[in-house]
Amino acid sequence: MSGFAIEVRDLRVDRGRQPVLRGVSFTVAAGSLVGLLGPSGSGKTTLMRSLVGVQIVQGGTIEVLDLPAGHERLRHQVAYLTQDPSVYGDLTVRENLAYFATILGVARDDVDRVIGEVDLGSCADQRTDRLSGGQRARVSLATALLGDPRVLVLDEPTVGLDPVLRRDLWELFARLAQAGATLLVSSHVMDEATRCERLMLMREGRLIADGTLDELLAQTGTTDAESAFLSLAEGPERGEA
Amino acid sequence: MTARRTLATSRRVAEQLRHDRRTVALLMVMPLILLGLLAWMLDEAAFNQSGPILLGLFPLLVMFLVTSVATLRERTSGTLERLLTMPLAKADFVVGYALTFGLVAVVQSLLLCTVSFSLYGLDVRAPTWAFVLVAVADGLLGTSLGLFVSAFARTEFQAVQMLPVVLLPQFLLCGFIVPREELPDFLRWVSDLLPLSYAVDATKALAVTGETVADFWRPLAIVAAFVVGLLILGSATLRRRTP
Repeated sequence: MSGFAIEVRDLRVDRGRQPVLRGVSFTVAAGSLVGLLGPSGSGKTTLMRSLVGVQIVQGGTIEVLDLPAGHERLRHQVAYLTQDPSVYGDLTVRENLAYFATILGVARDDVDRVIGEVDLGSCADQRTDRLSGGQRARVSLATALLGDPRVLVLDEPTVGLDPVLRRDLWELFARLAQAGATLLVSSHVMDEATRCERLMLMREGRLIADGTLDELLAQTGTTDAESAFLSLAEGPERGEA
Repeated sequence: MTARRTLATSRRVAEQLRHDRRTVALLMVMPLILLGLLAWMLDEAAFNQSGPILLGLFPLLVMFLVTSVATLRERTSGTLERLLTMPLAKADFVVGYALTFGLVAVVQSLLLCTVSFSLYGLDVRAPTWAFVLVAVADGLLGTSLGLFVSAFARTEFQAVQMLPVVLLPQFLLCGFIVPREELPDFLRWVSDLLPLSYAVDATKALAVTGETVADFWRPLAIVAAFVVGLLILGSATLRRRTP
């Protein structure tokens, strides 16, 4: 046992001939809530796909709960939320969740719990493609919450949601982490950074910063998350100017 | 592979169809209309000759299209990728689809045969159940071909192109246009490798007098073997990891 929920060493991924991840290494302790930030195209989604084992990687090692990423035993324990909602538009909210619950081998009453968690009780029996974009995203998120996953890899779970709902979801993420789950949550909205105990910043396929918000502010000599991010994202030459 | 997950997948596909009544109506009614058109166009003798073969071809065509579009949609919507991160065996997915669409093919074939024999006046010597059996086998062949080729299509455009690429050559060489015995040697060998040829062989055994029981069951068994083989290939070509 390494004691880490996620351990990535020198991960390299090419898509086409383009290198997307150029040697990424980090560890995440069990029970932590980590924010993954970076401009679009920096490799966040590719990193998350690698962690859940659906990405062909060119090099490096990824261990999740001490097993290689994508291992059969991890399929019950790792939940993945894709960036675009991946649910069946022609099924109702409840039908979607009931199907995924059966595949995961989760009790049926868990469906009602997750519908409540994402506040979709009022439209549980509506077809998913008749819902708004934000509601559809929540159906997808509810699927990732089914059962009791030990690791949650969530790709932009709060994009396009209203502030009240975003606050509620971040409180939910914090509760899950307190209960022992490990969460890696990506975002390109900087004010969400303040919700995470630890932040990882990516740019052009590399991790360029890793620490608490306070550490990042000190490192960049800035006073808020947004400026810290801009200073790091635009590169050292401008960050120092 | 587990029965629970396969059946859950099959049920989910059925629920999707239930919400899409227009597709179900098209599936059931289109072959009826097309065959009715043919009955109207042709005189009795000609209809009795080509009608039985088309009775099997329409389910094949329709089920191929529906299956390849449905599985492609599953790819592009990201639901397939999500499922493959879950404890779902690839065979659960493929067989789940085959079960539901196979059931659709059964209903479709029963309807088509009933209407052809009672309303369109199709008159052949062989018993009706044998035609239903061939039509169902053809529908299942369409489904398994659709599941298999959808692995090679990345976009809707490519999926639609699979129809002329996969089905038209089979249609030309299956013995409907030119009897297989009269094809040039090379084309006959190619035709021997294609599943549709055997589906048509089975139908011809029913429609032509003087054929034996073995002339019907042997090609039908070959079609069934193609269905199973294509389903196995279809699960083998699903990839959990993609570039």
